[in-house]
Amino acid sequence: MSTLPAKSFVLACAALLFTAQSTLADPLDPFKKLSGSLDIAGGTAHIPVMKGAAQEIMQANPAIRITVTGGGSGVGVQKVGEGLVQIGNTGRALKESEIAKYGLVSFPFAIDGVAVAVNPNNNVTNLSKAQIKDIFAGKITNWRELGGNDAAISLYVREDGSGTRETFESRALDKASSTDSANVVNSNGAMKTAIARDPNAIGYVGIGHLDASIKGVAIDQKQPTQEAAAKGEYPVTRLLYMNTKGQPEGLTQAFVNYIFSDNGKALIIKAGYIPYAKK
Amino acid sequence: MPKSDRAAQKRQDKDSEASLWIRLATFLAVLAVVALCGMIVIAALPALLASSHTPFEWVWQPYQGHFGILPMCAGSVLLALSALALGFPWALAIVIWHLTEEAQALASARKGFGIFIRLLTTVPTVVLSFAAVFLLTPLLRTAFGGTGMCLLGATLMLSLLILPTMVLVMESGLSQRLDALCPHALALGLSRYQLLCHCVLPKNRQTLIQAAVLGFGRACGDTLLPLMLAGNAPKLPTGFTESARTLSAHMALVTANEVGGAAYNSLFAAGLCLLCTTIAVTLVLRRLAPAKDQKTHS
Repeated sequence: MSTLPAKSFVLACAALLFTAQSTLADPLDPFKKLSGSLDIAGGTAHIPVMKGAAQEIMQANPAIRITVTGGGSGVGVQKVGEGLVQIGNTGRALKESEIAKYGLVSFPFAIDGVAVAVNPNNNVTNLSKAQIKDIFAGKITNWRELGGNDAAISLYVREDGSGTRETFESRALDKASSTDSANVVNSNGAMKTAIARDPNAIGYVGIGHLDASIKGVAIDQKQPTQEAAAKGEYPVTRLLYMNTKGQPEGLTQAFVNYIFSDNGKALIIKAGYIPYAKK
Repeated sequence: MPKSDRAAQKRQDKDSEASLWIRLATFLAVLAVVALCGMIVIAALPALLASSHTPFEWVWQPYQGHFGILPMCAGSVLLALSALALGFPWALAIVIWHLTEEAQALASARKGFGIFIRLLTTVPTVVLSFAAVFLLTPLLRTAFGGTGMCLLGATLMLSLLILPTMVLVMESGLSQRLDALCPHALALGLSRYQLLCHCVLPKNRQTLIQAAVLGFGRACGDTLLPLMLAGNAPKLPTGFTESARTLSAHMALVTANEVGGAAYNSLFAAGLCLLCTTIAVTLVLRRLAPAKDQKTHS
């Protein structure tokens, strides 16, 4: 009788040792023998993930230098195509012409979903895409028109160049821009604070930033959840891509692999995105 | 050479050495300011000379090719002037009270207040803004409707921010003058308040203008308060309860994401405008002081 728990204990220990062994292969190991510099440019939504990875890698091996700059998807394609940087980030799939012209290879690594959010005390739970367009164009100005209380809508948007704003305007507003009388906040955190404090607020945050302090609104009955975004059911999402000129080699390849490693996934989740498995 | 002469020579060498350091320090400071202005002008040139995307228009829509910074210029000037209009009389009233008999009699309260004002100068603006987001903004929202993020909220907090700076400048300028005249004036039967209002203040406009210049400079250059409180809508505000964007907040918002490109270049034009605004207001305010008064003060 008493040997059974002992046996299972030994088994458990062995199992633990085994899993420990497998996680011991540090994703930073491939960088140990590498040196040199790597330049990354392009999409702004990518920056937190790229910067985080760059810091971890440079900390592990000071002989490696990685620079990360923004500029937007267009700049990403152009710079990597002309060989000015090794990785050009885009928030959209490459166009046929771009692939043909430069011979680029794409690595989608994360799903960026943006949720429309309101104050938790707001009784509006669903909006149609047309309603959202009218709200952000400044055509609908009262919650009464949307089945809410008789109160003026407080509109909050993100600053120009923000990846979240880019995703929201291209997917939810069909590339229309928001009215210039909307209040502008400069981070997902500031957006959450603004919406949580203002009962009549509407704005948008990365899906990963939704919590109890604000309420995500369904778009055409599609709930803004990580699962729905990953399955492609929720409409306001896009893939984030890294692009290289030809198949990546050396440091560039190691960096791309690092983004797909467990460390990279943690950075992607921390930035509010959903990791996308390598194909 | 006698011993005393040698010592004198040594002292002289030391003095000239020290004066070299003093000159070098002054030269470096002047050079830094000149270089800064030069760099901003040079960096702003591409935006100023660009034929297509002029920064001097009223529309900021970077994706439609409009990089106008005029609404932000107006926002900066409007906000700084209203903060000054509110903060200046407030600071003056505090200083006058601080120098009169009533405050002199309450020695400990006066001392405590002095410490409090000095402490207030050291409060980081991010703390002020953060407190205001949670306390002032909801109040304004319930009082005036809208979002509560507006020109009025930023004005109130900015006037509070520049208040201690102005109080300290005014106090240090006026109190010496007042104390020097006090025995005579008291002998003539004037109170400290009368002396202050009729003799010291009219003769020390320069001190007051210095305080105003410093206050305006701080109000114009502060970034976090307008960024967190004014709402940042890139358009000309039509009232105090409307959202507005200042040049400084605009620069903070755009540099977060942009490197290169027309939007980025227009930021240097924005920096130049901010610099020109501060210099222009300083010159105008200094003009207000009569030349005679300037001479007696220095």
